[in-house]
Amino acid sequence: MIDKLFRSKTPFHPSPAIMAVSYVLLGFWAFVVLFPLYWLVVTSLKLPIQVIQGPYYLPYVDFEPDLHAWRYIFFDLRNDTIRPYINTVVVSLASSILALLFGMAASYGLVRFEYRPRLGAILTGIGCIALAIVAINFGAPWQVAVVAAIAVFLILLQAIGRRFERALGNNDIAFWMISTRMLPPVAVVLPIYILFQQLGLLDTRTALIVTYLAVNLPLVVWLMRDYFQTIPVELEECAAIDGASRYRIFWSIVLPLSIPGLVATFLLVLVFAWNEYLLALFLSSANAQTMPLLVAAQNATRGPQWWYMSVIILIMILPVIAMAILLERYIARGLLVGAVKG
Amino acid sequence: MSVGRQPQGSAQSAGSGLEASAEQVDSRLRGLATRAERLAGNVFILPTVLVILALSIFPLIVSLYLSLARFRFVRGGFELNFAGLANYRKLLFGSERSHFLGSLAEPSLLGWLIFIGVAVLLAYSIIRHVRSEAFSVGGLFWRVLAGIVTIVTVWLLIRSVGTEGRPGTLIITVIYVFVGIFFQYLIGLGLALLTTQRLPGRRFFRVVFLLPMMITPVGIAYMFRMLTDTDKGPFNPIWYAIGLGGTSWVNDPWGARAAVLIGDIWQWTPLMFIVLLAALEGQSIDQYEAALVDGANRVQVFWYVTLPQILPVSATIILIRMIEGFKIIDLPNVLTNGGPGTASESLTLQAFIFWRSLDLGGSAAIAYMLLIVVTLIGLAYFNLIHQSVAEGGI
Repeated sequence: MIDKLFRSKTPFHPSPAIMAVSYVLLGFWAFVVLFPLYWLVVTSLKLPIQVIQGPYYLPYVDFEPDLHAWRYIFFDLRNDTIRPYINTVVVSLASSILALLFGMAASYGLVRFEYRPRLGAILTGIGCIALAIVAINFGAPWQVAVVAAIAVFLILLQAIGRRFERALGNNDIAFWMISTRMLPPVAVVLPIYILFQQLGLLDTRTALIVTYLAVNLPLVVWLMRDYFQTIPVELEECAAIDGASRYRIFWSIVLPLSIPGLVATFLLVLVFAWNEYLLALFLSSANAQTMPLLVAAQNATRGPQWWYMSVIILIMILPVIAMAILLERYIARGLLVGAVKG
Repeated sequence: MSVGRQPQGSAQSAGSGLEASAEQVDSRLRGLATRAERLAGNVFILPTVLVILALSIFPLIVSLYLSLARFRFVRGGFELNFAGLANYRKLLFGSERSHFLGSLAEPSLLGWLIFIGVAVLLAYSIIRHVRSEAFSVGGLFWRVLAGIVTIVTVWLLIRSVGTEGRPGTLIITVIYVFVGIFFQYLIGLGLALLTTQRLPGRRFFRVVFLLPMMITPVGIAYMFRMLTDTDKGPFNPIWYAIGLGGTSWVNDPWGARAAVLIGDIWQWTPLMFIVLLAALEGQSIDQYEAALVDGANRVQVFWYVTLPQILPVSATIILIRMIEGFKIIDLPNVLTNGGPGTASESLTLQAFIFWRSLDLGGSAAIAYMLLIVVTLIGLAYFNLIHQSVAEGGI
C-alpha cells in the first residue's frame, strides 16, 4: 500500500507522494505571487481614508468597497488614460515583433555561420566616428559629418582596412551585442535624447519603437542562440542536400523547431518594452506617453495616490496576462517537438 | 565582414551541384540564387548589427566625454569644461570615496581568514590551469582577471561589511546582484522542474508564476512600499505580534537592503522560471526515457540528463540577469530612497541622484565605472564559464 504512494504510472506522471509535496510547494509560491496582487485589487477598491487608517483585508467584511478610483481613471481621466494605453500597446508590440524578426536571424547567423570581422576595419570605423564627433563639435552640420564619416570609412576600408589580418570571432560579436546593455539607462538617456531631438522625433512613437528595438535586440540574439544550438545540424544538412536554400532552411526547418524559445523570448521582450520607464520618461512628454509614466505620475505633490496607482497597475497587467495564457500552449508544445526530433 | 562557412556549407554546395546536373536551370537565375546564398550570412546578421551600432555608439562616446568633463549652467545655456579624470578621482580617492567604495575598516580576524582562504583557492585554480593540458594564454589571462576582480571584491566586502565599516554603493550593488541571482535561479529552477511534471493544473501555476515579471518595475516598487509598511500594510498583525509594530524595518540598514532584495527576487524569479521552463520543455525526451528505463532514479536523471541540457541556457540567463541586475534602480529609489543614509543605494541610483543634482559629469563617471566593473565581471564569466558550458559539449 505505502509502496504504491511512491510509484508512478509512467515516467512523466509523478507518484502521489511527490504530487502532494509538489502541490504544497507550488501553492506556497502561488500565494507569495498572488498576495501582493490581491492587495493591489483590494487597495483599488478602497477609499483614501480606508487606506490610510490601516490594513483592511476583505471587501464587504472589513470595509465597503467603492469604485471611485476606477471611475476616476476611466471617466474623469478618460482620454489621458486611453492615449498612453494605446501608445504602450503600439510601441511594445511593434518593437518586440521587429526585435524578434531581426534578432532571430542574427542569432541563427551567429550559430551557423562563421563571421570574421577584421580588427583593422573595426578600428577604422571607430576612428571615423571619432572624426565625425570632433567635426560636429567644431560646428559642422551633423548630416554632413555623418555622410563624410561614412565615405571616409568606406574608402579607408578598401585601402588599408584589409591589410590587418587579425579578426574577431562570433563570440566577440555576441559579447559586443550584450555589452551594449551594460551602460545604465541614466547614462544612455541624455545622448539618445539629443539624437532624437536632432532627428525631430522627440515625443513620437517611432523614437520609442526604435529605442526599444535596439535595447531588446541583444536579449533576443542571446536567448535564441541557445535554442538554435540545440537543433541538430543533421536536419539542416539533409535539407541542404535536398536543395533548400539557407533562407528556406531557416524559415521552414529551424524556426518551427524553436517555437518554444521564440514564444518565451517574445513574451520577455514584450514585457520589457511594455514596462520600460526611464527611457520613456525622457523620450516622450504628451503624445507618446506610455503607461509606466502614468503609474509614477500618481506620486504627486499630495503623496502617492495608492488607489489610482493600483488601478493603473492592474489595467496594465491584464492584457499581458491574456497574452501569457494564450502563448503558454506553445511553450508546452516543446516536449512534443522533442519527441519528433528523436 | 567576410563570411566563412561551416561544414554543412560544403555539403550544400555539393547538393546544388547534383541538382544542376539533374535538371536544366536558367544559368542566370542560378547565379542569382548562389549569390544570395553566399550573402546569406551577412543578410542574417547585418540588420541587427546596424541597429545596435546606430543606437549604442553615440551614447557610449557622449557619456565618455561627459564623464571627463564638468557640466555647468552659465548665462544663456550650459558649458562643458574638460576636466580630465577629476570625476573618477573624486569617486575613488576624493570626497565621494566613502559613498562609492564605502568607509573601510581594518578587517577582523574572520575577515582575514576569509580573505586568505579565497586567495589560496584562486591561486590554486590558476596553478592547476597552468599545469593542466588545457593550458592556453587566453585561459590564463581570463583566470587571472577573474581572480583579481574576485579578490578586490572580497577585500572591499570584508573591510566594509563588518561592524566598523560601511559598504559603499559598489559593494551594495554587488550584493544585490549576486544574492538576488542566487535565489532567483534556485527558486526559478525549482518551480520550472515542478511544473514540467504531469500535474493537473500545472498550466494555471505556470501563468501565475509569470505574473510578477509583467508588472512595471515602478509599480512593483510602490507595491512593495505598501507591503513593507509595518503600520498600514497587510502584515501589520504579524509585526505587532513579534513586537516590531510601528517601527519601520527600512530604517535598519540590513532591513532596507533585505527589503530591496526581496522585491528584486519576487520580480525576477519569473524570468529565470520562463527561460528554464522553455529549456526543460525543449529537451530531447529519448535520453530521459532511456535513463529511466535503465533504472536511474529522479536525482540521477536530473543530474546526468536534465542539468547538462539546460546548462547553456542557464549560463546565458545568469549573464543577462547579471548585466540587468547591476542596473537596479527603481526598487531602492521608491522603496527606501536609498536610505537609511546611503545604506541601500545602488550604483545606478547614485548616478541618478548625481544626475538630478545636475552633476552630469559625476553621473557619467559612475556609469562608466559600472560599465568597467560589469564588463570585467561579464568577460571573465563569459570566457571561463559560459564558453565551457555552451561549447564544452558536456
